[in-house]
This record gives sequence, structure tokens and C-alpha cells, in this order.
Amino acid sequence: MAEAVDLKAIGTRPVRPDGIEKVTGRAAFGADLHLPNMLHGKVLRSPYAHARIKSVDLTRARAAEGVLAAISGADFPGNASDLGKNVIARDKVLYHGHAVAAVAAKTQLQADVALDLIEVEYEVLEPVMSLDQAMAEGATLVNETQHTNGDTSKPPSNVAATQRFERGDLEAGFAQADVIVEGEYRVPMAHQGYIEPHACTATVNEDGKATVWCCTQGHFDVRSLTAQVLGERVGNIKVIPSEIGGGFGGKTTIYLEPLAVKMSQMTGRPVKMTMSREDVFRATGPTSGTWCKAKIGAKKDGTFTAASAWLAYEAGAFPGAPIGPGCMSVLAPYEVPNLVIEGNDVLVNKPKVCAYRAPGAPQSMHAMECAIDELARKLDMDPIDLRLKNAAGEGTVAPYGPRFPAIGLRECLEAAKVHPNYLAPVPEGGGRGVAVGFWFNIGMQSSAEVRIAEDGMVTVMEGSPDIGGSRASMALMAAETLGVPYDQVKAHVGDTESTGFCNVTGGSRTTFATGMAVIQACEDIIAQCRQRAALTWDLDEEQVDWVDGEAVPKPGVNADVNPLSLANIARGAGRTGGPLLGRASLNAQGAGASFSCNFTDTKVDTETGKVDVLSFTAVQDAGRAIHPSYVEGQMQGGAVQGIGWALNEEYIYDADGVMENAGFLDYRVPVASDMPMIDTEIIEVPNPFHPYGVRGVGETPIVAPLAAVSNAVRDQLGFRIPDLPLSPPRVLEAIDEREG
Amino acid sequence: MSKVHVSTTINGDSVEFLCEPHQSLLDVLRDELGLTGTKEGCATGDCGACSVMIDGRLVCSCLMLGVEAAGVDVTTIEGIAGPDGLHVIQEKYLEHAALQCGICTPGFIVATKALLDKNPDPDETTIRYWLAGNLCRCTGYDKIVRAVQDAAQNLAYEA
Amino acid sequence: MGAYAYRAPSSVEEALSTLAAEAAAGNRAQMLAGGTDVMVQMRSIDKGPRTFVDVKHVAEANELCIGTDEVFIGAAIASAVLNESQELKSILPGLIEAADLIGSTQIQGRATIGGNLCNSSPAGDTIPALIACGAVCVIASSGGNREVPTEDFVTGVGTNVLEPTEFLVGFKIPRPKGRTSDAYLRFIPRTEMDIAVCGAGVALTLDDSGVCTAAKVSIGAVAITALVVPDAAAALVGTTVDDAALAAAADASSALAKPITDKRGTVEYRRKVVGVLTKRAAAIARDRALAL
Repeated sequence: MAEAVDLKAIGTRPVRPDGIEKVTGRAAFGADLHLPNMLHGKVLRSPYAHARIKSVDLTRARAAEGVLAAISGADFPGNASDLGKNVIARDKVLYHGHAVAAVAAKTQLQADVALDLIEVEYEVLEPVMSLDQAMAEGATLVNETQHTNGDTSKPPSNVAATQRFERGDLEAGFAQADVIVEGEYRVPMAHQGYIEPHACTATVNEDGKATVWCCTQGHFDVRSLTAQVLGERVGNIKVIPSEIGGGFGGKTTIYLEPLAVKMSQMTGRPVKMTMSREDVFRATGPTSGTWCKAKIGAKKDGTFTAASAWLAYEAGAFPGAPIGPGCMSVLAPYEVPNLVIEGNDVLVNKPKVCAYRAPGAPQSMHAMECAIDELARKLDMDPIDLRLKNAAGEGTVAPYGPRFPAIGLRECLEAAKVHPNYLAPVPEGGGRGVAVGFWFNIGMQSSAEVRIAEDGMVTVMEGSPDIGGSRASMALMAAETLGVPYDQVKAHVGDTESTGFCNVTGGSRTTFATGMAVIQACEDIIAQCRQRAALTWDLDEEQVDWVDGEAVPKPGVNADVNPLSLANIARGAGRTGGPLLGRASLNAQGAGASFSCNFTDTKVDTETGKVDVLSFTAVQDAGRAIHPSYVEGQMQGGAVQGIGWALNEEYIYDADGVMENAGFLDYRVPVASDMPMIDTEIIEVPNPFHPYGVRGVGETPIVAPLAAVSNAVRDQLGFRIPDLPLSPPRVLEAIDEREG
Repeated sequence: MSKVHVSTTINGDSVEFLCEPHQSLLDVLRDELGLTGTKEGCATGDCGACSVMIDGRLVCSCLMLGVEAAGVDVTTIEGIAGPDGLHVIQEKYLEHAALQCGICTPGFIVATKALLDKNPDPDETTIRYWLAGNLCRCTGYDKIVRAVQDAAQNLAYEA
Repeated sequence: MGAYAYRAPSSVEEALSTLAAEAAAGNRAQMLAGGTDVMVQMRSIDKGPRTFVDVKHVAEANELCIGTDEVFIGAAIASAVLNESQELKSILPGLIEAADLIGSTQIQGRATIGGNLCNSSPAGDTIPALIACGAVCVIASSGGNREVPTEDFVTGVGTNVLEPTEFLVGFKIPRPKGRTSDAYLRFIPRTEMDIAVCGAGVALTLDDSGVCTAAKVSIGAVAITALVVPDAAAALVGTTVDDAALAAAADASSALAKPITDKRGTVEYRRKVVGVLTKRAAAIARDRALAL
């Protein structure tokens, strides 16, 4: 239970355990493995966005110099799941870049040559490239057997699923409103843009046991998903996570792994596969482009009376757009007595979307936070005051059902209101925008083991890939719990056979849930140490306490003994029952929602439409910042991803459904010179369900920047540009239209 | 197809290698010489993860042929730390938490070294423009810029 | 299937004989300067085998000579090297800033003005700047050097006047006299790293009273090749390059532009913004000339 305790390790900013490897180039990432006898695997990708595969002929490729294996969808007969079909197409290709076949050859060049020798006959179909097109009457179907929510009584549809939250009486609520704002907002498909392309190496032994090295946010999921596509037993696959060069949700599924394992099975040699940057853009999961309608009404004093949101999300080629989180988030920050929220999961001929940092929330909240900004203008209220007036707090029932325990939205808004950057005047000729962000955070399953060496050194072994410094957080929580210095703890991420099961690093769950497992494993160690000390001192376990890293007799216990440190106990462990090994596994409950308030000052060059971000301030509730530098880093990195999405990032397709900007040249993520410093303020309203109050901080930072930037541009221009990105051509066109 | 024999200097060591005439220096470093600290993020010169120095000048090793390395001095991330330990730039990146995932870090550190070798006292704008060819998707650049500023101050103090 | 090969001639003669020998053998020869375009194209749109002929070891192509009447810039000199010449920066600031705008610090370490021109992209940043300052291309040819004004060098998207057995050695640029200066601006969505959506180079001369006596304006990324805009120059000459003259020059650039719509911008956007850039570049060139 979180309470004001004297924390020694938590809240400090030590160097991360894996730091030296990362700054010296020694850290091994996904593509850094080289094995003897290794083959190079390459994927043939669809040149069409939508086509029926009539035939795949691998004969010539198989005969090519250096080629030892060539495969197509037909080599995976046992699995016809969406996952399997996304890994390698079966009867249809559903997006440009969809994998159709693969080869393994002795050199990369030989593999390249072989790809050109694969003959594929396609029947080209009309691509479905927009939500409007997909949802129109009589639309071409991406999947002819897809019925909305599985309801076969209705004709097939590109709308794979719907979701609805409802409360109160919407019409009555709007009837009570003095002011109503309504708008339609579009956000483009965007990519996580992690700098490390997907990579994996697989080797299969003669006994059928496979080992896979890959960069992933969840190697246990890679194991189960790969097994599923191959029709293998999970126990036959061992997955070793490399260091991971960014993911942001995009490395929570599989693409190359089953292909590499299959071709290693066929050749008896290791097979390495890496994606090019172009492959990453074309064939891995970005996040949904969206079309959102938001409506909100309030009384003259600002009290919200009703709100509605209609959300349509591009799923890509297979169902699974994040409409759930989109619906959950859109009104989560507010007390709204009457509401209807509807989500639509819509198939289009684009890559199947994957998670991207608070998946679904930035898009829906962009719409509502822009509408609320307009509402504040109509009411002539400060945008923070309007949000404070309606802010959810402890006891508020979230639109998706549960009642919030202690949350920090109000604290974030109040801190933003008095932040020096907010008190400063808006820069001459520029504009200021405010928005709120939210992510519910998740728990899920984690395991951890804590081992004590004979000199007292602590090894934490857990299974959550460290994507942004979590080993430092684990070591800090272990040090805090055990009462030992941070330097005495090392944290490691084990493979699927050396550590217990952990779900993916995602949903901002790692510091919360795996952290909780580490804390419990440390508590297990403490219990063992008290028992060992009791044995040594001939006392009862209940008579021994653990204070500042040492076993001591409890106050009042009559024993003339010296305290026993972790090292003392570990050194003598052979005499007291054997090595010290603490364990915990759990399905973490009580993840705490993290709210934020962001504001930014921007300036539009009205002759070119270019938006400059002059300052950006992020205030967010972390619950408890275990390593404040990495909390700030999450806030800053998420802010810049959100700013990039607001200003320039988008998937651009031609009329045939081919992505035109599949590279970092024209998929324009922010560069250092685009950005100001990102000012941060961490709020700590402890999560009552975590021993140290942790909420999880990774997702929320990307949510608010979209609307904050849009609202700032609106503030300067005097009118709203509802769609993103606010790229120079869109902004200039809007200005020109306005000026006639 | 015949490979080309190349003699060069990498991180102060004389090195000879064989490579295809069209093989990039990046691929030579990683695949032929095992120097995997230099990363591939795009292979088109847009991300800077493969940054190395050629005779002290910052370049993308993905945009240079291996054969062009003949007779030059190549500095990679593996050559930044010395026998006495980490370079100040490396220490400052760690202290400032200027990395999260770490894939862009080798490129950033090499680029920072090239900057501070040339300009020991860069202002924030100079740092940001110098590093504009190094993409980082995790940090939002804030802590990187601060690490570079702090490293510059430390180097000035040492000098 | 042909093979890849690499040659590094050290003189113009050796380079020419290498090109001739490759041509005679039926091989494709490709001149290699900084390689920052060649390497990218080799991995995407132009994968075929070839013999690279590296111009960076040719002495003449590395020459930088700032004479009293003429400046010679070798085609193989990296932008970062040019940018380190304070003298060059002070007399041809527009050209050097155009070279400096191409790509990142890393690209600057390799990329050359010569390569930028020979790549012959409609969006090459140095091309309008070279045209504005009157640069003449020096082309090595078996019959001796031939000279071609920059505005006549590029013939289409990715094509130019070079024969397979010729190569670009460098540029002759008249040394600016009196109150003459230049400027180049381009528009990109970010602050760095993008290809120009459009660009404008302006060189102009002012007399003692600040009246413009000569001007040259060139715009890029708004047609298949960079364009000279005589009407924009005419709008500036005879004026103090005041707001009215700048507006007229802007309109002239916008009127001449024949852009396309693509992932980087629309027809309407490019037409309008190339005028804005013309105006802004001319004002910078004017202020620079006034400061001389």
C-alpha cells in the first residue's frame, strides 16, 4: 500500500544496468547475431494492394545458385488464422507489401536474385483504401466472409466489429445544454517509427527443437504465436530476446519468425531474416487512420451535460483496430452524465494495424479534445478551467464501467494552470493549445526471480524486454525492497526457458506488473533471510526483523547478536538450507490510470503553412516515479511522437494502394532541429494498488499532443483545421480558402 | 564476381578486408568485420544510426562503399571509449538518461564526438541542427541535447 | 549478367580513359562522387551492375581556386569542406547555403555540388543557386574540356548533357564584384532532412544608391528542371528591391512555375510558395549586398 515512506533508492536517477553496453556498441540487437553456416532469408512481397493469388511457382527460385529453401503460404497448411495469413498470404494478398513467398540462400545477393525468379500469378482486385470507401453501400469487400460482429444474418461487410458504451439519455442531455459543439476529425494512419527494423534468426536442431533470437516486446508471445502458425508445440520453441531498438507497441506480434523457423527446419541451417526500412513501413503494423465525430454540450457555467462520439478506425487487412481503447479513452477524463460512444473496426487494404503507444486513444481524444477546446471558446472559459470543472476524480464512474480510485487528473490540470510556461504570455503572433491525455494502463501476468550470490550481490531475473530502461526500475525497486544499495543489484531479462512467463512489454505494464513481481520476489528473499537468521540465532522467525538490508532481532527480543546482512546470510546459506532464491508470479490487478495535461505554443508561417513548435509542456501523473529521468524520457518521447503525428507523419497512398512514402525521407518523423526542449512535470498521486504507487507512464504521453497542437494552431489562425496532419500544404490551403 | 582487397585503418588498427565492389561500408563493418555497434536503421542515409567518422568527418556508412575506405581512418562507436574507460560523451549520455532503447545511441555518440571535435562550445541550435541527421524515436531529443551540452562543458573544463 | 567493379583514377586523363575502356567493353560506368544519391538508387530504383569510377581521387575535381575574377569549385569537393571556406561563404553565400541544405551533417560529409547537379533531380538544391550565380560547368571530354552554362546542363528528370565517356570536373563562377550577393531558400516540411518542395535562388547587384542593376532568379522543384525566371529578375532591376518589387518577382516565379502534385506538395502549394521563397531570397540577397 502506497504511503509516505522514506524511500532511499526509488526516486533516484542512477545509470541503468545495461547502459555501458548501449553506449559502447556492445549491446546486441536483433540484427547483430551471426551464426556459423547461417543462411539469409528474404521475403517476396505483393506488388498489389488487393489481389487473388492464382499460383505461386517456386521452381526456378529453388534451382537458383545458393538457394536452399523456398516457401509460400502453401507450406503452412495447418493454420489459416488471420495471424498466419498476415505472416504469409494464402489465397489473397490484402495490402501492398503482404508477404507471398520467402527464400533462404547462402548470401543475401543470392536470396535477392532468387526472389526475382519466383513466379506469382495474380488476379488484381479493386483496393479498398479509405474508411469512406470501405463503409459505403456496396463497397468492395476486403474479406468476402467477414460479417459485422460475426452476425451472418446480415450481408458481409468491411465493418468487422462494433462497440458501444451508453449512459443516461443523450437527447435529454443535449437538450439541457446551453452550448453544443460538434465536429468531424480525421487522423491519418501513422507508424511507430522505431529505428530498429524487425530482425530474427532461427535455428532448428535435428530433434526438432527450435531456437529463435529476435527483437520483440514479448518473447513469450513470439513463442506461442510462432508455434500457432507452425502448428508446433510451444515447448519445442525457445525464444531469446535480443536488445530491442524501439517498439512502441509495434513489436508485439510476429512477421518473420515462422518463416525463418520453417526454412531452418527445411535446411538444417540457421536462417537470419531482417526487414528493410521499406518493409517495415509497408508490411508491419502501423496504427489506424480514423474518422471521428465528436459532439459535446455544456451549460453556461461549463458543466458538461452530454457528449457523443462516433469512431471509425482502419483495421488494415484483418480485424483488430483498437476501437476498444479508443472508446474507453474518448471521454474518460470527464464527468459526463449522458453519453453514447460507438466504435467501428473497419477493414481496408492496408497493413494490419498493430499497437502504437496508447493504441486508439490519440485519435479519439484528438476529436473530443478539439471539440472541448471549441466549447471553451464559445463559453469564453480558460480551457484548463473548463476541464477542471468537469474533471473525473476518485469515485467517478468511467464511461467503460469501473469507478476510478485515486487518480491524478485534477492535480495535473492544477499544476499546468500555475506552470511558469502557462503563466507566460502567448508568444507574439502565435497560439497556445491545451489538451488532456489518458491511458487506463494494464496489469497482466508477470514472473520474477531474485537470486543472491554468496557475496550478497542481487540478481533480478524477469521476462519483460527492456525497451526504455526498465531494468533500472526493476533494480531500484529490488534495492528499495531489500534495503541494499542500487549498485548491489543487477537486473536481467531472461529468455523463455531461463525465466518465468511474462506478458508483453506494453500497455505501460512493465514497471507496474513485473515490478510488483520483483518486489514480491524480494519479499520472498526477506522472509527466507529472517528464517535463516532465526535459525542462526536460535530465535523464532517472528522474532526477527529485516531493517535496511539486515536481519536484526525485533525490538524487545533479548538476543546478543550482530545484525546479519544479505551477504552474511548468503555466505552461510549452505548451513541454513541452501542458496537464497526468491520467486513470485502474479496476474497483476489494480493498474492505475495515468492522466496528463499538455500545452504548447506554436507559430504558423501564414505564407507557407509551416507550423513551428515554440514550447511544449507535459504534466503527467506517474503515481510514483521510480527512475524520474526515464519517466521524463517517456513523457518527452511520447510528446514528440504526438507532435510528429500532428504535423507531418502520415501514410500517403497512390490510387493503386501503394504507399508512396515508405522511408524516413518522406515519412517525416521529427528531427532534433524541429523540436524545442520538452518541459516536464511529474505528478505523483500514488496508485493504491501498487506497493510503491506505480501507475505506468509509457502510453499516456502520446495522447494529448495531437489536440494540443491543433488547438494551438486554431488559437493563432482563428479557425479550426479539423484533420491531421497539419502539414504545410493542408494549413496553407485552409488559410487560402478562409481568405477567399 | 571478384572481391576487392581493401587496406584501411579502423579505430587505430590496421585492417584488411575483402568486399564486393558495391558492398556498403556499413555491411562490411557489420557482416565482414563483426563491428556490429554501427547500426542499420534505414540504409538510405535518413536516420544516422550507421554514423562513423572518416578521417574525422561524420558520414553515414550506409552511403559509402567499403572500397572507398581504402587508405582512410575509420572511427566507429567501438573506437570511442579508450583504455582509461568511457569517453565523457558516453558518460554524459548515461548520466542524463539520453537513451531509452539504445539503437540510435552509437550513431548519436559518434556524431556528438564529431561535433565537439570541431566545435567545443556549440549552442543548443547548433547541436540540434548538427544532430538532425540522427533520428531518435524514444527520447524526443531533450535529454540528448542536454547530454551533449554537459559533455561539451566537461571537455572544456578538462582542456 | 555484368559485374560490379570499382576504379579510382587519379587524373582527368586516367578517368577519361577508364570511361572509354568501360564503354568499349560494353560495361556501364557510373561516376561516383559523394555517392549519397548513387548508393540509395542502387538499392531501390537502379540495381544493375556497373563500374564505379570514383572522381574523388582526380586532382582537378578537388581543386578550389578563388581568383580575382573567377572562382573554380571542383566537382568532387564535399559540401562540408566548401562550408569550411570562410572566403567562399562570404562571396557566394547563397551557393554555399544551398550546398549546406542538402541532407544531414553526415550527408554533408560526402555530398558534392557536382553530384547534386549530375543527379539532375528537379529538386536539386544547388541547381537554382548555381544558375543564379552564373556558374558554368566544366566537362572533361576526350576532345578536351567543354563548358556548358548550368541552366543548359540538365535536360530532364535524371538526365543531362553528359556523354557516357564524359564527366563533370567542376564549376567556373564569375567572382561577384561590387555590391553583388546571392541567396538560396527552399521549403521543406521539417527543418532538415527533406527534399525541397520548391526552392529559389537569387543573385543580384546593387549600385551605390541601393538600386538593383542586375539580377538572376532561378527556381527549383516546380518543373522537370530548374527554371530561370527572367521576369522576376526584370522586376527587381531598377528598383531598390522594395516590397513592390519583391511582390512582382514573387508573382513572376509563381507564374512561370509548372509544378506537379506529389507526396511532397500540390501544384497550388508549390506555385504559391515558390513565389514566397523568391521574395524572401531576394530580400536576403539585397540585405547581403547592402552590407558589402
